[in-house]
Amino acid sequence: MEWLETFWATYSTLVLSVGTNVLLALSIYLTLACGLLTVANAAFMGIGAYTAALLSLHGSLPFYLSLTLGALLPAMVAVMLGPPTLRLSGVYLAMATLAFGEIVRITLLNTENLTGGALGLNGIPQYTRWFDVFAIVVGALYVLLRFAGSRIGRTMMAIRQDEVATELMGHNVRAYKLFAFTLGAGLAGLAGGLNAHFTFFISPNEYGFDRGVEILAMGVLGGTGSPWGAVIGGLLITLLPELLRTLGDYRPLLNGVILILIILYSPNGIWDLKRFIRSRHFVPVS
Amino acid sequence: MLAQQLVNAISLGGVYALFALGFTLIFGVLNVVNLAHGAIFMLGAYTALQAVLLFKLPLTVAILAAMIVTAAAGWLLDYFIFAPLRARQAPHLAPMIATIGLSISLTSTIQGMFGAENLRFPVHGLAAETLQVGGVQITALELQIIFLAFLLMTVLLWWLMHTRMGCALRAVAESRKAAAILGINVEGLFRLTSMIAASLGGVAGVLIALYTNAVFPQMGQPMLHKGIAVVILGGMGDIRGALLGGFFLGCAEVFSVAYIGSTMRDAVAFGLLFTILLLRPEGLFGKAAQRRA
Amino acid sequence: MLILSSITKAFGGLQVLQNINLAIPEQRIFGLIGPNGAGKTTLFNIITGLLAPTSGNIEFFGHSLTGLAAHQIARRGIARTFQNIRIFKDMSVIENVMVAILRQARYSALRVLVPPALLGRQCVERSEARSLLARVGLAAKAEILAGSLSYGEQRRLEIARALATRPKFLLLDEPTAGMNGTEKHQLMEDIVKMAETGLSLLIIEHDMRFVMGICQEIAVLNFGQLIAQGTPEAIRAIPEVVEAYLGNESDGDFATAK
Repeated sequence: MEWLETFWATYSTLVLSVGTNVLLALSIYLTLACGLLTVANAAFMGIGAYTAALLSLHGSLPFYLSLTLGALLPAMVAVMLGPPTLRLSGVYLAMATLAFGEIVRITLLNTENLTGGALGLNGIPQYTRWFDVFAIVVGALYVLLRFAGSRIGRTMMAIRQDEVATELMGHNVRAYKLFAFTLGAGLAGLAGGLNAHFTFFISPNEYGFDRGVEILAMGVLGGTGSPWGAVIGGLLITLLPELLRTLGDYRPLLNGVILILIILYSPNGIWDLKRFIRSRHFVPVS
Repeated sequence: MLAQQLVNAISLGGVYALFALGFTLIFGVLNVVNLAHGAIFMLGAYTALQAVLLFKLPLTVAILAAMIVTAAAGWLLDYFIFAPLRARQAPHLAPMIATIGLSISLTSTIQGMFGAENLRFPVHGLAAETLQVGGVQITALELQIIFLAFLLMTVLLWWLMHTRMGCALRAVAESRKAAAILGINVEGLFRLTSMIAASLGGVAGVLIALYTNAVFPQMGQPMLHKGIAVVILGGMGDIRGALLGGFFLGCAEVFSVAYIGSTMRDAVAFGLLFTILLLRPEGLFGKAAQRRA
Repeated sequence: MLILSSITKAFGGLQVLQNINLAIPEQRIFGLIGPNGAGKTTLFNIITGLLAPTSGNIEFFGHSLTGLAAHQIARRGIARTFQNIRIFKDMSVIENVMVAILRQARYSALRVLVPPALLGRQCVERSEARSLLARVGLAAKAEILAGSLSYGEQRRLEIARALATRPKFLLLDEPTAGMNGTEKHQLMEDIVKMAETGLSLLIIEHDMRFVMGICQEIAVLNFGQLIAQGTPEAIRAIPEVVEAYLGNESDGDFATAK
């Protein structure tokens, strides 16, 4: 037991980070599975983090309630943002979500009375325990695995490959995309709330482009083949900088290099390599 | 007062247009959204700064050095990233994600090498000179920025319209297969375009660095977003659009700062971008992609 | 069954379809022919809801299709294949078909979360997919990646997939392109069998032997206008139709096609 105590004392932040990152990776897995390249999840995380933190700090709400509301608000934003934005394809969607992310960040910076602006929010009660993170991650993973193995997952894969053909088969493509986008936003918001309640300090810059890229890297690394890929992506992206201690500040560099390498050599993510080993009918996917 | 703002708008707009030109060139010719353009912009600024600080080179030489270094970066970008993805016929999102990766890697490296703080150009009395032109005060620096920006744009446009290589480039932008059949060295032109676009971004970097007298690793990021806003406003891949859009954004920013306040200045670009994407994604001059089946 | 009234489509100043009036009854194999660029695929796009007509109305079994989204039209019982085959290359053959299998009731996301509820359905879906594959002769290749099928097999997969949506009306866009004689013959037999089960078909084709051999009624489109409509024998005799094809390199000689 004492071993466990020391382990926890040293590595608690890391374990909790792994948990929230896996959650973030799962959130972007869903959108990538539909063929949507969105970099808005960092912004949704930020919205969730600030909502939950403010509710705990000023509203003195119980933890699980602020967490839930922290997940609901980004989801509602996504529902409103979705219909006009998801019409856009590929490049334009990515840029629209990028712009959205920046608008959120700038808004957070400029609403000092509410959010503390550039100085951030301090003193958030540290409610998050390992079993909170564990339970939520396991829950999200279960749900997504169920989806992936069902016709929902299959339809999303079809949408990713050919939207038009899928629509002509009677599937409401717009609804699927909105669903993925909104659920992803909710998961990201949840991760934000969890994160805020153990780092006890948050600031707008944590939810900017760097974070968006990190989430994207996790999603791309994990690939769209299965939610397990997101788990692997989240794990690796969180642990690698720790294993390679010397990097320290160069964490974004690592994420960037990973993105480049994956795109160049294994575009479907790490999970794809496993398929390669297993399947007899491997056809190179570009 | 208005005229003064206009001068600011023109100098700022000129640099935005220059940056957007590079961005739109790569999209128009290589059909790739180069999200590393901001990082290259930043690279140009740092190169010029180091040229002046370390090697004590005069400013004009420093600008040239920035152009050369960023052109080399453009070459490397095409050789190591764009070309392999082209050969594999990767989907459009692939080079985009790869350039995001490159952007972050570059920024992180520079930050590691030079720190995250704001560095400044040694002020050599350049910015201090002011001239009075028709009741408007304009610094020598602004004049030089306007001059250089317009010079480069003119040279580029002339080259595109009136030389054989420029014509070949436009052919490739129209249809790379048709151009290849005509014997045009498509791969070579892609590489050249990447180099030209990068060096335009690099010059824009130096000019903005001089204008704001600030060089820091993250400077490429907001610039990239503005570049995207400009290019989307003017239509992706359209050169006129990039130029007009650049000046439009310059005006919009300067006037919003003057009359609304400077804190939300960056938000102007994003708000604009967002609105355009929702209303008319193809921009002012772009072609609407409506083909479905 | 399907009634097109005064369908017009213009892209800016370009008039692609002009005043198309067409009535396709149930259980009919209907052919749509015309030179390239006549507007045939555009008409398909309008019927399936990918494009909105500039003016005009479409009625399917008495209900208007105007303003409906493509997936709603598909659910009403209209399915189609494409000129350039659009199967999901990275999914297996049977998965391709399974995507298209719809249930009448709205699929609830919540039911997905309870494992036992799905098992039964998945089995049923799979066996339905398998029997559809058997109908087009692809049962043996069910687990293979769709991208590795031959061209003719991919076309058959596309048809199986279209049939999976249980359509009442099937639009085929140049189904015999790239097929050899034997495959075309097989396809003719398959289409006749489909019609016997109550399906109505509208087929765009350039192969005259195929069209004349299988279609009970043919409409001829030229420059966006319907220039003739009738039985194969009647069509063959109309001079405007023959003229529209002069200089056209279609499969099989027009005048001697049976």
